[in-house]
Amino acid sequence: MRKYTPKDNVQGKSYYTDRFWVAPRVPREEVEAGSHFEAVVNALGSQVKESYIEVGQLVVHIDASENFAVIKTLRDECGYKQCSEQSAVDYLAQDGEFELFYQLLNHAEAKRVRVVCRIKKGEAIESIVPLFKSANFAEREMYDMFGIKVNNHPFLKRIIMPDDWEGHPLLKTYPLQGDEFASWYEVDKIFGKEYRDIIGPENRDPAKVERYDTKRFSRVGYEVPFGADISEGEKEQAIEYSETILVNYNAGTKQLDERK
Amino acid sequence: MSQQPNKLTPFFENLNFERDDNTMVINFGPQHPSAHGQLRLVLELDGEQVVKAYPDIGYLHRGIEKMAENMTYNEFLPTTDRLDYIASTANNYAYALAVEKLLGIEAPRRAQVIRTMLLELNRVISHLFFLATHALDVGAMSVFLYAFREREYAMDLMEDYCGARLTHSSVRIGGVPLDLPAGWLENLAAFCDKVDYEVEHTYEALLTENRIWKMRLENVGVISAEEALSWGCTGPMLRGSGVKYDIRKEEPYELYSELDFDIPVAETCDSYGRYRLYMEEMKQSTRILRQLIPMYKKTEPRLMAHAPQYISAPKEEIMTQNYALMQHFVLVTQGMRPPKGEVYVPTESPKGELGFYIKSEGEPYAYRLKCRAPSFFHTGLLQEILVGTYIADVVTIIGTTNIVFGEVDR
Repeated sequence: MRKYTPKDNVQGKSYYTDRFWVAPRVPREEVEAGSHFEAVVNALGSQVKESYIEVGQLVVHIDASENFAVIKTLRDECGYKQCSEQSAVDYLAQDGEFELFYQLLNHAEAKRVRVVCRIKKGEAIESIVPLFKSANFAEREMYDMFGIKVNNHPFLKRIIMPDDWEGHPLLKTYPLQGDEFASWYEVDKIFGKEYRDIIGPENRDPAKVERYDTKRFSRVGYEVPFGADISEGEKEQAIEYSETILVNYNAGTKQLDERK
Repeated sequence: MSQQPNKLTPFFENLNFERDDNTMVINFGPQHPSAHGQLRLVLELDGEQVVKAYPDIGYLHRGIEKMAENMTYNEFLPTTDRLDYIASTANNYAYALAVEKLLGIEAPRRAQVIRTMLLELNRVISHLFFLATHALDVGAMSVFLYAFREREYAMDLMEDYCGARLTHSSVRIGGVPLDLPAGWLENLAAFCDKVDYEVEHTYEALLTENRIWKMRLENVGVISAEEALSWGCTGPMLRGSGVKYDIRKEEPYELYSELDFDIPVAETCDSYGRYRLYMEEMKQSTRILRQLIPMYKKTEPRLMAHAPQYISAPKEEIMTQNYALMQHFVLVTQGMRPPKGEVYVPTESPKGELGFYIKSEGEPYAYRLKCRAPSFFHTGLLQEILVGTYIADVVTIIGTTNIVFGEVDR
């Protein structure tokens, strides 16, 4: 019977995992009383669903509908003047949700906060471009890579993939080698679908050598005419060397190389 | 009759003259020599003035973040070379540090010294490259030749250490693979002297008071501090706007907390200020390198962290002890399994804040890896600062942002 492969996550998997192995967790620390992070959590108040410190940075879980308000509070009241990064993680297979994160930086305190929220598949998120212009490109990339729509973004358009691309490459359902659309993209676009049979599928193996191809591969020691059909076997042809000596360096008396 | 695009006759969309509002749309790149790789910049011009700029990226997209989800942690490390290929060690290091933070391990002191040395050497390489290409874009050809000469010496040092000149992979998760070769420190000291001399007597002598250079750079590409923060500028782009923030100083990693160096800031917010800043940073890098040379001699000869669960034992142990061999076999065939959790680790690469966000689900493959590349955000900034400038300054402004498309498109 063919082995079952899950279709909702086609990314690389370990070929063997011990049945009794339980992954440990990176320690999450409580927010210390009197610290800068506690002031941040207090400023956000009831909007915080969960907060802890992971590897020196405050992580704040919020409701996705409040992302704009929370980040505005962080910027205006807590001094987080820069949005370093914004993107998403695909949890569609497990929970049917995307996890979005906003990585913010406070220059005065040298502290970082990660705001995390979750949205269901097909839901849109509010843009934070009015707060941080850096989100302009970041949200476009998120839309391009995951297909997450961003409300009120000034120019929500694919950024890295071509405009007429189908599918969102960082989804777990998208295979590493690309899907059907990706493999025929150039052929379909330049020549048309009817040329698929003539041109053939794209060769993604740069080391591929076709045995009977006499057009693109030289056959040292077994030269055949260009384009000859050799699938039925080939005639062995010895290499012929020229017997004419153009310049005989051994004949003269002049020492060419001083080291001799 | 206007040409209709179809499958067989190509449609030359590059030039679109004389539109209704009498502006001209031109494509700057993706094959323009000053486009720093694969930047396609669609400019709408009114005469010679830019009315609208639209940076179009993605011509070098290789799906590195996707590859990270399909490779084990150690497998992925050489791929990070291809992000910012001008300063590969900075990428290797940023990635290795992120994974180390996830694992909760620390590299031994000798590895730290070597890593810091390589990072600073890489900063010099990258800044020399910036200077060379920026000067070439603006029209100062000879600076390009001089700067590339010194960059060759720096790359020779890298080659002596790791065997590669461009894609180094010189850092491993948990340490470094090799000790410094004999005589390397002497060569490094000589190189520091050389760079200091050349910066002062060649580059600065050629450019700093050069009338043409000043005319082309002063008051060109002015970015206010608020704009720089809002657009996510980091590194020299942020410090060039008067914000004194260097991750090496403010959130120190590796040995930077023990080293004595200054953070130069430019208050003028223009391209000329940024050029002066790069020059000063090169001097600070050689200052750091000089301090590291005596530190190296005081360290124990251990290169990789001891964490048998995650990192293979030294080769001698693998060859002599059965258990070390078994662990090595598992780590090579299955890959290390970091604990569940997420981490974002920022580092100061030569271009700015290079951070890796890694989400681990306890598998040998990262569940999600996001590379926060400084050039990506600096490219986004172009759509604002180019508006209102003249077409001759576009090249200067692209040069001063120092974008590298390996990390913009990833």
